[in-house]
Amino acid sequence: MGKTLAEKILSDKSGGSRKAGDIAISSVDLAFVQDTTGPLTIRAFKEAGFCELANHEKTVLFLDHAAPSPNWQLSNDHMFMRSFARETGCILSDVGEGVCHQVVAEKLARPGDVIVGADSHTVTAGGLGAFATGMGSSDVAVAFALGKTWFRVPETIFIELAGKFSKGVYAKDLILHLIGKIGADGATYKALEFGGSGVTKMAVTDRLTIANMAVEAGAKVGLFPSDEMTYEYLRSLGREKDYKPLSPDKDAVYGERLSIDLASLEPTVSQPHTVDNTALARELKGINVDQVVIGTCTNGRLEDLELAASILKGRRRHSRTRLIIGPASPKVLREGVKKGYIDTLLAAGAIILPPGCGPCLGLHQGALGDDEVCLSTANRNFKGRMGNPKGNIYLASTATAAASAITGKITDPREVL
Amino acid sequence: MLKGKAFKFGDNISTDHIVPGRLAHLRSNLPELAKHVLEDADPDFAGKVKPGDFVVGGSNFGLGSSREHAPLVIKMAGVSAVLAKSVARIFFRNAINRGLPVLICDTDKIKDGDELEVDMAGGKIKNLTRGKEITFKPIPEFMLNILNEGGLVPYITKYGDFKA
Ligand code: SF4
Repeated sequence: MGKTLAEKILSDKSGGSRKAGDIAISSVDLAFVQDTTGPLTIRAFKEAGFCELANHEKTVLFLDHAAPSPNWQLSNDHMFMRSFARETGCILSDVGEGVCHQVVAEKLARPGDVIVGADSHTVTAGGLGAFATGMGSSDVAVAFALGKTWFRVPETIFIELAGKFSKGVYAKDLILHLIGKIGADGATYKALEFGGSGVTKMAVTDRLTIANMAVEAGAKVGLFPSDEMTYEYLRSLGREKDYKPLSPDKDAVYGERLSIDLASLEPTVSQPHTVDNTALARELKGINVDQVVIGTCTNGRLEDLELAASILKGRRRHSRTRLIIGPASPKVLREGVKKGYIDTLLAAGAIILPPGCGPCLGLHQGALGDDEVCLSTANRNFKGRMGNPKGNIYLASTATAAASAITGKITDPREVL
Repeated sequence: MLKGKAFKFGDNISTDHIVPGRLAHLRSNLPELAKHVLEDADPDFAGKVKPGDFVVGGSNFGLGSSREHAPLVIKMAGVSAVLAKSVARIFFRNAINRGLPVLICDTDKIKDGDELEVDMAGGKIKNLTRGKEITFKPIPEFMLNILNEGGLVPYITKYGDFKA
């Protein structure tokens, strides 16, 4: 019987043939934490009596959520994590060195890897064909020490994509549409696997955006095959040696199948306070926006800066609307500077943040006031997410965000393109 | 036998409702963080809950982030189990890893303030207020072994590895 991508990877990493429903004790290729989950992970590691890491070169501590730190408590957490890195010799990605998921995609994730991170958006690396999933601090502490973890091999929902996006429609619109369709728990405990002719020519950066939000449908992983586009992406980073092709078996058994024609999609927006509360951008036309955020691990890549700059070139943000740009990594920021995108965005009235999570989690750098409306390219709009339970968060593509910054209202980007 | 009062919440209670990101600076000060448990769903919850009580959710309880602080502060508040129609994957695993039982059952049969009695081994919940019995889905065996040791750290400390 053929295997899905999830079954293939977990069979490979657990040393035996596994199918959906089996328990797999799997080796872990990469384990990481970030600054809001790391301290608890380190405490669990020590509490369990561990001193050594299974593989210090494949253990990473990211200081990205509070970067730079807004208060002394988080600064102390950073110090605690830095000292653990010194003690164990693991990799430290310090303040300013980027959002964990972007750095993992740029430097660390390989097709076919099993990756666990104490951050739910660890699923992002599924865009590169890695079985990557978020776990809590105790699970990651054990993965740090033993270099393995356990999984229940997930059933898979196969999402067959066909056709091409029409003008003004992007990968973000696809994933918001899909979550709206299957619901915030539509894939709980399952894998989402993407395939079909619409995937063959899809850039890895788009795949990362889609995989990033798989968890917003409850999924354990969001998996893409590893193919020519994957090779191109790794090659562009000087990492062609990390490439390996990966595809599901032709006779793989899927729990469910869904088909989406990319050409049928329109700019889509998630409304407060759940990601599956979706509508079309044109249906929400006219809602005033106080703050636009372009960035985060979902849409903080060079392609996003490029797209935002192309829309905002020669234009200005609406006087009522703050425009916050958060490049996801120093590489993104530097290339954005080199290519002139940052200058264009500054001329349009944007605020540029240091590489990191920025306001996404509500810690700093753009907390909302009472009843304020934010349109963000992030992945979550839960109540309280951006620092205030009285704030209202809408989620959309970078194009919709840039268009809305110009008009000060939720705007279908096709109106300004 | 677990016994206590039900605190009823709606569907889609996220980890941001349970421990909002704006309080991340308290994550290394758990007693202080625990004072805010479920604050964005019910600001008075922390003041009302008593040891032994139950958190009762609707569907997709605990969706969102991987922060293990979410089940941890619920447990620190003295809650003996979380009951829900369905529960998000990471929250489920984290709760078990911290020794907090999560029971999947029909929570429509429970109203806020009901007195409940849970028979873990028998797989039954008695709603004492309404005189109804509710069954819950058995916890998968692999996770039950972890729960029975009080969580993942005690489990690993005891066995040194996963028991296949
Ligand atoms: S950018 Fe937002 S969603 Fe992504 S890792 Fe940071 S806080 Fe989490």
